[in-house]
Amino acid sequence: MQFPPELVSEWIDTNSRVLDLGCGDGSLLTQLTEARQIRGYGLEIDPDRIATCVSKDLNVIEQNLDKGLDNFADNSFDTVFMTQTLQAVHYPDKIIDEMLRIGRQCIVSFPNFGHWRCRWYLGTHGRMPVSKYLPYTWYNTPNIHFCTIRDFEKLCGQKDINILNRVILNQQNKPSPLGSLWPNLLGATAIYRISRS
Amino acid sequence: MPDTIAANSVGLVEPRTCHFDEPLVLASGRVLNQYDLCYETYGELNADKSNAILICHALSGDHHAAGYHSMDDAKPGWWDGYIGPGKIIDSNRFFVVCPNNLGGCSGSTGPSSINPDTGEVWGSSFPLLRVRDWVNAQAQLSNYLGIKCWAAVIGGSLGGMQAMRWALEFPDRIKHCIVIASSMGLSAQNLAFNEVARRAIETDPNFCNGDYQKHDTIPGNGLALARMIGHITYLSDDAMGQKFGRNIRSGSFSLGQDEDVVFQVQSYLRHQGEAFSGNFDANTYILMTKALDYFDLAREYDNDPVQAFSHAQCHFMVISFSSDWRFAKERSRDIVNALIAAGKNVSYGEIESDVGHDAFLLPNARYEELFQRQMDKIFQQTEEHNNAVPS
Repeated sequence: MQFPPELVSEWIDTNSRVLDLGCGDGSLLTQLTEARQIRGYGLEIDPDRIATCVSKDLNVIEQNLDKGLDNFADNSFDTVFMTQTLQAVHYPDKIIDEMLRIGRQCIVSFPNFGHWRCRWYLGTHGRMPVSKYLPYTWYNTPNIHFCTIRDFEKLCGQKDINILNRVILNQQNKPSPLGSLWPNLLGATAIYRISRS
Repeated sequence: MPDTIAANSVGLVEPRTCHFDEPLVLASGRVLNQYDLCYETYGELNADKSNAILICHALSGDHHAAGYHSMDDAKPGWWDGYIGPGKIIDSNRFFVVCPNNLGGCSGSTGPSSINPDTGEVWGSSFPLLRVRDWVNAQAQLSNYLGIKCWAAVIGGSLGGMQAMRWALEFPDRIKHCIVIASSMGLSAQNLAFNEVARRAIETDPNFCNGDYQKHDTIPGNGLALARMIGHITYLSDDAMGQKFGRNIRSGSFSLGQDEDVVFQVQSYLRHQGEAFSGNFDANTYILMTKALDYFDLAREYDNDPVQAFSHAQCHFMVISFSSDWRFAKERSRDIVNALIAAGKNVSYGEIESDVGHDAFLLPNARYEELFQRQMDKIFQQTEEHNNAVPS
């Protein structure tokens, strides 16, 4: 998905160092390179996506996030991104700690499992939600750690993490004024900019 | 031997030899006043000379990377699977150059050549070489061929070490560096294997302290043994298991039989050792393993690989193989981490393979795909460069 361009210009400095965890086909890195001439690296494990990134002339490193990030030094990046990947890692809390160690600021986005459609699906069907946006069934999903917006903010509170910004997107991936009123019910995706306190 | 030459082969090729009269000062302080480099080329150099690719060979390789020398050849060049028209290193797109390294035994000046100062075979008096000496000699060859900047320098194993050294020594003469199954320095275990291989040669009674040619003999048994040891380390346990298992070549375990039993793997290794010792020079083998041992990318940079790589300007691609225990993937990751810390452009792929270190020479769909994407990109860049130059 396209990262909201207005957030890129607001949050990302020109020529800054960016690490993208789970960079996929490299669309975010491409967007940031075009908009902000960042010096970026993406971590990915899917062979096809790695090949796609190579063709796009991006720096892509084959590395499994679940095996740790201790090869990256403290404060070695200006921004560490993890978009739509938090729910797929084995230890989301540990990876957030690691992101905050490596990056001056971190940007995390994830699908909000507290969204009314998920609640409605579970409430009426009594089964795990399956939709266009979450197309997997429970046994084959890569998404093993779903959370809600409230869950995420609780974790930030426990870890004493600074929430610098929060942006709520609707199902069309557009910033949603309604979602900002009742984020945990109406927000489809949440984007957080966080830092250490 | 080929009955017909396949359409995607570079076909029949002829090695060339270039003689250099300008003295080469070696890392050891010694000087080679003159030397020959034997090399092969595939494809055509384009108008602005931007499509040249340098292939650096590994321990027992040479300049014959692709095609055939004659229709009687049993096998094509050592990287024929990857070099040729329409192949990954596409000779329709690139001008591919592969030299035999200095100290080699396939045509370039080495221990088995005649020392012009004495008129006798160099033998034990041939100077020890380091990877940087090869790179300096390759740079002289580049000058001779009129290549100011390589579109890419590519090497596997010991060849990868040369490619990295190019990136540090001649940062403005290399656009892409592709480092496959390599390392910034050998591990203690690797040093140990090389020492065993050298001792096998040196303790052969025919070695004569390296001057065996003067005594009209060769330390064939020692060299064969050295190759057998090396060969074991280039394969994985799985690969050997699949290829040979406990299959028996001759003899039998039936009760009442006292005939010696020879396993398939024994006969395979003996054959490899014997074939190699008939074709390769023992002093060259010692020289090449020492160059491997001595290589330490960051030695001259405060032993700091990040500082070392900060001198590079090219784009890197690093590739490792899961079952390679001779040049383990962790050593490739070390390279990648240093490059990232130095802020250099790098991509890294870790290829699933069960064939060990030799994987970089063999077919593998994932490896080929990644390598192909990189070479496509490099070709596009040379095209853009070429089109930008007014004719």
